[in-house]
Amino acid sequence: MLRIAKRSSISKRRAALIRVSGIFWSLVLMSIFLLTMGLNPFEVYHAMIMGCFGSFYRIRETIELMIPLSLAAIGIMIAFKMKFWNIGAEGQILMGAMAASFVALNMSSLPKPVLLIFMGLAGLVVGGLWAFLPAIFKTKFGTNETLFTLMMNYIAIKFVIYLQYGPWKDPKAMGFPKIPNFTENAIIPEVFGVHIGWVILVVLTVLFYIILNKTKLGYEVSVIGESQNTARYAGMNVNRVVLLSLFMSGAICGLVGMIQASGVAGTLTAELSGGMGYTAIIVAWLSQMQVQFVPVIGMLFAVLVQGASYIQTAFQIPQSAAEILQGIILFFALGSEFFVNYTIHSIKEGQDPTTKVNNEHQSNNSNETSHKTNVSESSVSTEVAAGE
Amino acid sequence: MFLRVQYLRRWQPVSSLLFFSAAIQAGTPLLFATLGEIMTEKSGNLNLGVEGLMLIGAVAGFAAGMATESVMIAILFAAFAGALAGLIYAFLTVTLRANQVVTGLSLTIFGTGVSGYAGKYLMGQVLPESMKSVFVNFKIPVLGSIPYIGEILFHQNIFVYLGYVLAIGMGVYLGHTRYGLNLRTVGENPYAADASGVQVSTYKYIHIMIGSAISALGGAYLSLVYVPAWQDNVTAGRGWIAVALVIFAMWSPYKAILGAFLFGGLDIIGFRIQSMDINVSQYLIDMTPYVVTILVLIVNSVFKKRDQAPDGLSVSYFREAR
Repeated sequence: MLRIAKRSSISKRRAALIRVSGIFWSLVLMSIFLLTMGLNPFEVYHAMIMGCFGSFYRIRETIELMIPLSLAAIGIMIAFKMKFWNIGAEGQILMGAMAASFVALNMSSLPKPVLLIFMGLAGLVVGGLWAFLPAIFKTKFGTNETLFTLMMNYIAIKFVIYLQYGPWKDPKAMGFPKIPNFTENAIIPEVFGVHIGWVILVVLTVLFYIILNKTKLGYEVSVIGESQNTARYAGMNVNRVVLLSLFMSGAICGLVGMIQASGVAGTLTAELSGGMGYTAIIVAWLSQMQVQFVPVIGMLFAVLVQGASYIQTAFQIPQSAAEILQGIILFFALGSEFFVNYTIHSIKEGQDPTTKVNNEHQSNNSNETSHKTNVSESSVSTEVAAGE
Repeated sequence: MFLRVQYLRRWQPVSSLLFFSAAIQAGTPLLFATLGEIMTEKSGNLNLGVEGLMLIGAVAGFAAGMATESVMIAILFAAFAGALAGLIYAFLTVTLRANQVVTGLSLTIFGTGVSGYAGKYLMGQVLPESMKSVFVNFKIPVLGSIPYIGEILFHQNIFVYLGYVLAIGMGVYLGHTRYGLNLRTVGENPYAADASGVQVSTYKYIHIMIGSAISALGGAYLSLVYVPAWQDNVTAGRGWIAVALVIFAMWSPYKAILGAFLFGGLDIIGFRIQSMDINVSQYLIDMTPYVVTILVLIVNSVFKKRDQAPDGLSVSYFREAR
């Protein structure tokens, strides 16, 4: 019989080892899959890496994928830290892009810096409001935020499609349903050959590392995440913090929309986000809710996506293979968290698990009564003793 | 809403019958997906992988159908593939207690990948006539003779009837059997269920797998009956509508029938409106299911309705944390 107990602590090294081995096993599984397809997995993986970093052009493509994923993940993380399951990044990105495009298309006569700042602000505000709305209902009535934000995504997508096929359709595109391209002064500048989004990413990563780890707001966010009642008891204004943080969360995603519209697409399209808002959730989750890890995990996903589109041309492997690989890696990464947080003891058949654990406990500490209520507590301390 | 009412009044009776009949056919994949998700959510697990499950069901059903030319095997294989994908989800969320939202999203990514990959070899293929003929509409005796209602509801194909049976069967199962009661307890309060001797994990596993199989059948309906040829990303977001529909139906299989056909109607109404020279964009109409779902969510939470999501939804059960 197996018995599962929660770890009370684990060394960083051991946790990292478990996580890395999770990714390792997913690669092994994928390799078996590739072998059955008659392909050499090492060649495929090598090609994926080369497809991402083989030339300056490819590096730029990879970084341009990594920027929105990481930025949106930072936005999502602020909400997730409070156990507010904001899965509406997709919609917040699109609405931010929509607002920025509105500015870009209607005020294109403004000087470039002014126009870009207005676009950024529009993206921030509208993206923020798109997350603020579910937050209001969550704080006021306890409306389920997971489902609310999910629905908001679809409203945003349908709205942008509506604009694209209706009022914002480019009359010069000869009936083709597209929104006009931005003028030159609505395109964000490049720094070292890559659009300025990476500078924004660096700044926001540092900024939110400080906000979440060193400020009162960050402290309140983590207390609310642990227990709303504790936060209330400590005199925190929980609703205010939730609303403020959710606005920030949505605003960052809105800014991502502005960056994508201006720096990558050069216009607004319904495919602008293309599921990035969902992938960013996974990036945030795999980063252990630690801002400093986000760019690393964001890079990993950018490599997966970019590498996949490369091996499609190099090996005639359908791009869907990358989605399968992503799925497998995610399954293993999610599964490996269990082994970080819990341990498994084996218990001999026919033996009462309660006495067994307490016996172990006695041999370790030699002063424990066999109360049933002590089971979970004592198994934890047993584990600590065994782990160290 | 006003526009639509006005429009319906101007309709010829025959074409409105056709419309409602078509709405049911468009709503059937939603019904299956929704019923599957209700089953899963009743066990306390929020599975956001419905879209992926439907795609897996669509590709598995279609591939098996092309290989064997047997409708029975196609349907069984789609359900089996769905259950298998559900097993991955159940293992991660129940045994390994992974976050349900993230696991569900991963399942969607995985399912999209699997169907896209396998679909490359099915591209452009069309189902053989021998199978299509199984899915022709037929009239149910007696019930089919009821004016209007009979023609709308009981002049359908076998898959649609299967949907009715499944919905009613699930309603009875959840509401009036010991297993159904136990399942709801597991979803509401797994600790209480465990204390009264219910095998929480077993219940979760079985119902997540059955639910996933049912959702996968919704995908199989699309590739086998609705299209019926292979087309990439055949679900086109219907899995997410199903997640919305579960809320709309307030976790009741009976209301799911109504909701699925209503949303099915919204799915196809745009084309008809355009032919009537009424200037409402299909894209704005496409928004209504989601707006309505949000309104249902809000109304439920404001009035603290009893029929809300199971209390234990999306919370992992850890026995030691009692």
